[in-house]
Amino acid sequence: MVDVLIIGDGGAGLSAALAAKASGASVLVVGKNYPTNSQTSMAQGGINAALGNVDSDSIESHIQDTIASAKGLCDEVMVTKMCTQAPHAISWLESLGVPFSRREDASVAQRRLGGASHKRACYSQDYTGLKILHTLYDTCLKEGIEFLNERYLLNLITKPQENPKLDPLIKGATLLEIASGEVKQIDAKSVIIATGGYASLYHGFTTNAFGSTGDGICAVIRAGGYLSDIEFVQFHPTALKHSSILISESARGEGGYLLNSKGERFVDELLPRDSVARAIYAEIGRGEEVFLDIRHLGEEKLMELLPQEMHLCRLHEGVDPLHELIPIKPVAHYTMGGIDVKRSLEVRGIKGCFAVGECSNAKVHGANRLGGNSLLEIVAFGKLAGENASAYALACEEVAANDTQFKSDQNFINGIFYFTNQINFYEKREFIGKIFYHNAGIVRSDTKLKAVLAAIRQIQKELPFMGLGDKSKQNNTNLVDFIEFGNALELSEILLVGAISRNESRGAHFREDFPVQSDEQFGAHTIYWKEDGVLCADFERRYL
Amino acid sequence: MHIKIARFDAHRSPAHATVDVGIPEGLTLLQALLHIKATADPTLTFKAGCRSGICGICGVRVNGREELACAYKPNEGDLVEPLQYHRVMRDLAVEKKSIEETLGNAAAWLHHSRQTTISVEEEKRTEVQSDCMLCALCYSACPVFAVNENFLGPFALTRVYRYTADPREEDIKSAIDAIQSNGVWDCTLCGACTAVCPQGIDPKMDITQLRSTSAQFGYGDPNFMTMNFGF
Ligand SMILES: Cc1cc2nc3c(=O)[nH]c(=O)nc-3n(C[C@H](O)[C@H](O)[C@H](O)COP(=O)(O)OP(=O)(O)OC[C@H]3O[C@@H](n4cnc5c(N)ncnc54)[C@H](O)[C@@H]3O)c2cc1C
Ligand code: SF4
Ligand code: SF4
Ligand code: FES
Repeated sequence: MVDVLIIGDGGAGLSAALAAKASGASVLVVGKNYPTNSQTSMAQGGINAALGNVDSDSIESHIQDTIASAKGLCDEVMVTKMCTQAPHAISWLESLGVPFSRREDASVAQRRLGGASHKRACYSQDYTGLKILHTLYDTCLKEGIEFLNERYLLNLITKPQENPKLDPLIKGATLLEIASGEVKQIDAKSVIIATGGYASLYHGFTTNAFGSTGDGICAVIRAGGYLSDIEFVQFHPTALKHSSILISESARGEGGYLLNSKGERFVDELLPRDSVARAIYAEIGRGEEVFLDIRHLGEEKLMELLPQEMHLCRLHEGVDPLHELIPIKPVAHYTMGGIDVKRSLEVRGIKGCFAVGECSNAKVHGANRLGGNSLLEIVAFGKLAGENASAYALACEEVAANDTQFKSDQNFINGIFYFTNQINFYEKREFIGKIFYHNAGIVRSDTKLKAVLAAIRQIQKELPFMGLGDKSKQNNTNLVDFIEFGNALELSEILLVGAISRNESRGAHFREDFPVQSDEQFGAHTIYWKEDGVLCADFERRYL
Repeated sequence: MHIKIARFDAHRSPAHATVDVGIPEGLTLLQALLHIKATADPTLTFKAGCRSGICGICGVRVNGREELACAYKPNEGDLVEPLQYHRVMRDLAVEKKSIEETLGNAAAWLHHSRQTTISVEEEKRTEVQSDCMLCALCYSACPVFAVNENFLGPFALTRVYRYTADPREEDIKSAIDAIQSNGVWDCTLCGACTAVCPQGIDPKMDITQLRSTSAQFGYGDPNFMTMNFGF
């Protein structure tokens, strides 16, 4: 039996794998695609660490910026831990061979991202996530870490403890082997979930890759674990209008303007992401088109700083940013909420199961994530999760689970093939993306949210009529899309319940009917769990 | 607009078929494939990820040339096929476990890391090589695989070069030792890899560099060596 099973092979999963292996555990990493396909490859801007290479930055001011951005919803202990670890995370990455951009004095180059008081983000041109991810991957291969690819997490396997007051123990997971179509059970002493976020709920209105559907998060709540702060979704102000592809914040940081159809500037471009996103959304609501103007930055600067973006604008929007305005809209970008974890990153409600990365809520981002803190989290906390899971596994006895969950998931997969195919779920996926964006997105209200919730509950009822058009057992991506759709549907209900309960505005959660922050009533985390299949929610401020 | 897609399903008879499909104008090939799957034929199988040419998942061949589906605008009559030298799972989806295997065989990592300073120039030296996203387009384009499936191939060798050119690498010899058999000397320097790389990487040049480093470590072209032997 493997000591540590890691589900999800992005930056968080790979960092965890290396740390778990280094602490003496046997490690197996599984993912629904291949490690370097993960969304971590898309991160451009940088990874935060108060190295103070460029200006007089300090860990203290990194902590303060992070807390300020979280709008009262963070665990200062965890923020301090992450920011203190940041310089070590960078030296670790450096020792593995990550090619960070340099300064003339040979130190790591740093740039300022939104909300940061200093130039703090270490970067590799605009390929920061790509280079970190690939270097981690190369190191995993060097360390002989075992990978199983194209395996899709269905559910976690747990076993109740004799004392029913204690959390059930993690025993492994069930996965769909996409190539064969078979359900497989993997037994493990400890499990780390690192499956990424859920911004793909906003299908068609997100910078995220396909497949950010919150699979791991749903598996946790189904297995009796807790989630938190799911309603907090960060919208990025500038994505391409038609394809929702991200145009990095550095475009504004370097002096790009936002213009409406009349050619007027309407907002201070350097305000925090949520404020800029709302200003743009309001402008679009008034029937304006909104553009990013970077023409005045000149060819040399643009090609040096934003080569990826220049290419993407030409390909996906058919505009040349050197001479033309770039049509943009704000879209879902990062999900702050996720699996509720303790300070050890152990999942609340499931013993021996850990969660890290965008899928988890380690209470460091709160109501609004700072650019550059997410890559930091996946590396710094990825290592922590690996160490803690390894310590747990090495101290725990090897008792395999029975096959109850396995049988049930086998029946579930077989059953899907009997669903009738009267309604096309791809159309529903598109529909949900749209209503979420307009009613549960940048600007929310009780009426809008409740209307979406009614629509979601209706779609949930119709699920058995949305069966597969593809009846093949092997290599069935229609089946994979359908299970992802099911997860997204499950999570969308949770998001709505949270957004409806939170009658205030805080960071990325903006309610037009309650535009102010209310600390007495809502200065707490939203916690979700299921009792006998029924979703429960509460507010709570308690750090375990 | 119409394009042709080479389809394959081991569990269907006939397993291979080329189908003609209508797609809306103005889409990327990936958008077109997604459109077909969502509206017309859910059995069409391919891979999609970032949509923005960075996750490396969506490589295919169009009219015999390797492309990222998300970075290619289709033209009337295009023929879309899966990548070469990979096991086709279904339609355009191929198994990519071979990436892990070749990287492992090439030992494409930092062998022994040392503490050192890195200048702007030293970082720039491998800036482009470290942009590789392992899309395997170069692998599919490389003619050597038709005759030697064990060839380490362009992306693995580029990656080895990246680490050997990094000031942090203390043990260049181990890196060089690992790429002698089925490695640098098996490349024909045809440049097909360079021509298709979406990241502007030039594996052919990197292989040439690795050959001269190999020579410094006393290795030579085995093909010439046998020739000399004959004289
Ligand atoms: C366009 C873009 C730009 C960004 N730029 C920055 C930046 O500059 N700085 C910064 O700090 N952050 C940035 N972010 C955010 C950051 O990239 C992500 O939050 C971070 O990479 C998440 O890493 P992860 O390892 O948690 O998840 P991911 O990288 O998303 O990896 C999750 C993995 O889990 C696998 N998985 C998911 N579901 C399953 C399942 N059911 N079964 C098996 N495997 C599964 C996936 O295949 C994937 O490999 C950006 C994000 C985007 C989208
Ligand atoms: S070298 Fe270029 S073509 Fe080859 S895998 Fe890397 S990015 Fe793709
Ligand atoms: S140059 Fe070498 S590696 Fe590149 S395609 Fe030709 S033979 Fe293959
Ligand atoms: S979808 Fe990621 S490279 Fe094409």
